[in-house]
Amino acid sequence: MNRALELVCPAGTPAALKAAVDAGGDSVYLGFRDETNARNFPGLNFTRDELKEGLSYAHDRGVKILVAINTFPRAGDLGPWHRAVDDAARLGADAVILADIGLIDYVARKHPELRRHLSVQASASNAEAICFYHREFNIKRVVLPRIFTVAEIAALNKQIPVETEVFIFGSVGCMAEGRCALSSYVTGQSPNMNGVCSPASHVRYIEQGGRLVCRLGDFTINAFADGEAASYPTLCKGRFVTRGRAAYLFEEPTSLSAISVLPELIAAGVTALKIEGRQRGRAYVAQVVAALRRAVDAAARGDPVPAPALHAVMEGQRETAGAYEKTWR
Amino acid sequence: MEAKLTLGPVLFNWAPEAWRDFYFGIADEAPVDSVCLGEVVCSKRRPLFEPYLAAVVERLERTGKEVVFSTLALIMDERETAHVRAIAATEGLYVEANDISAAALLAGRPHAIGPFINVYNEATLAYLVERGATRVCLPVELPAESLAVLAASSDVELEVQVFGRLPLAISARCYHARSCGLLKDNCQFVCDQDPDGMDVETLDGVPFLAINGPQILSSTYGNLWGELKALKEMGIRRFRLSPHNTDMVQVARLFRDGLDGRDPPQAEERLAELVNGAAFSNGFFHGVAGWAPVGKLAEAE
Repeated sequence: MNRALELVCPAGTPAALKAAVDAGGDSVYLGFRDETNARNFPGLNFTRDELKEGLSYAHDRGVKILVAINTFPRAGDLGPWHRAVDDAARLGADAVILADIGLIDYVARKHPELRRHLSVQASASNAEAICFYHREFNIKRVVLPRIFTVAEIAALNKQIPVETEVFIFGSVGCMAEGRCALSSYVTGQSPNMNGVCSPASHVRYIEQGGRLVCRLGDFTINAFADGEAASYPTLCKGRFVTRGRAAYLFEEPTSLSAISVLPELIAAGVTALKIEGRQRGRAYVAQVVAALRRAVDAAARGDPVPAPALHAVMEGQRETAGAYEKTWR
Repeated sequence: MEAKLTLGPVLFNWAPEAWRDFYFGIADEAPVDSVCLGEVVCSKRRPLFEPYLAAVVERLERTGKEVVFSTLALIMDERETAHVRAIAATEGLYVEANDISAAALLAGRPHAIGPFINVYNEATLAYLVERGATRVCLPVELPAESLAVLAASSDVELEVQVFGRLPLAISARCYHARSCGLLKDNCQFVCDQDPDGMDVETLDGVPFLAINGPQILSSTYGNLWGELKALKEMGIRRFRLSPHNTDMVQVARLFRDGLDGRDPPQAEERLAELVNGAAFSNGFFHGVAGWAPVGKLAEAE
């Protein structure tokens, strides 16, 4: 019997938080309702009171709450980010997930007892960088960028003194996280500064000559023939033309699922598995968390990992093991 | 305080001899104060130009230019880390860190922070300065308001890219290879076919981005010629020109004139000719979509 990996579940609403807890999540990550977190979408995220209630619901059931404060504070306006970590500490969050060096430094000095996780947005992609954050700020866990093969994760885990958390399921990004200004180039709104990528406020769908054209800001990101399934125009999953040929240049509209490599991730020394999807609804969270709970428990017992029937909820109804497979590069 | 020009690192995979000759020309003719050397985008390319590195350094130093050693933006393994470690351990080099691991290795001695490290606010800036950063080239997406706050908060020398395609993203995946049906591990160095990056258009034929191996750049050329005065007034002291396959000596002269308050006739038109009619952008500076031309740039369209 191996130890079971910690299942870290997304919650964009109090209802999703309850769903994640009830479906067997070990921890739930969430953000405040503002630009201090990287899923700053309309109608999403938590007020201080909602966090307080969520903490009570989760803690009563032995589940941890991690608060993502993982955008980069605006020059001259650090207040909202400082208040976010101060409130997370005051209300009793189990950890904060941070990306900005200045903010991590603030938390390490002001709230030394508050557990610090390094967000994927910090783009710590090597042992030297991870050791720096541990040495300087005593971070306890790093959320690894979605760029590594399983073998590389195993090698990394031998070199670093902190826990690793990796993405197991959900949307797959193909650029190094925290280092992408594609969205702000097109819309003026970026993950790092505004907590959004390819925001819905800038999306338009236009019927044009029998095709559905998807625009983001002033640019066409994709176009679909009649009957072809349309996908959301996330920038890095659009169709573009190079040397006269149209293709999904960066990534197909597809979802990450690393369930097939769960036993290898256990062997690689990973501590926690992150499910992406704070923008998804309660039903999605309940279904995905329950399926992954079964998979994680089976892997811990050394049983064959059940292949969950999650295709219906996946983007493009297709899955990829992403960077975990070396051929992804 | 005198405004200084930096020539950023060549981001593209140029033929080694072209790379060498480019820098010889810069050494002999370009009015730049500092020149960044080194592979920032893909570690597989480093051995290609390395045989010429010593000669280029020698030529630049002989002509009075400061040499800055730029390190890789995305460091993913022990081999890449070892190279940064070796550079950081070499006495007498002034090194620009483009990944926090490099900054950590350089802590305690004077070094530069490159545009690929996220410095968005005064707290992060102060932290890095306290550990020895003496120059910081800021991320391309920062608006003027943030640049001004950062400049007012610190005495450190701040730098902003004022010319060249904007670096927008980097990945573990090589898009040059992918677009040719290859993988990164056996990429056949196809990125050498595009000295300014491979053009990416939208499905309706609008210029959009440029691919440079695992890096994504803008299709537009960032151009803050018209904002030089404003940048100087807010306290930015260094101005980065990102190299392209064009007459960079002319580009440098035009920007030097701009910084010195000379207004050479048709400076903007001459810059447009130097980029073969590609569109210019200054949207990030003005706090809007980065591709957009604002103010005089928009009128010139």
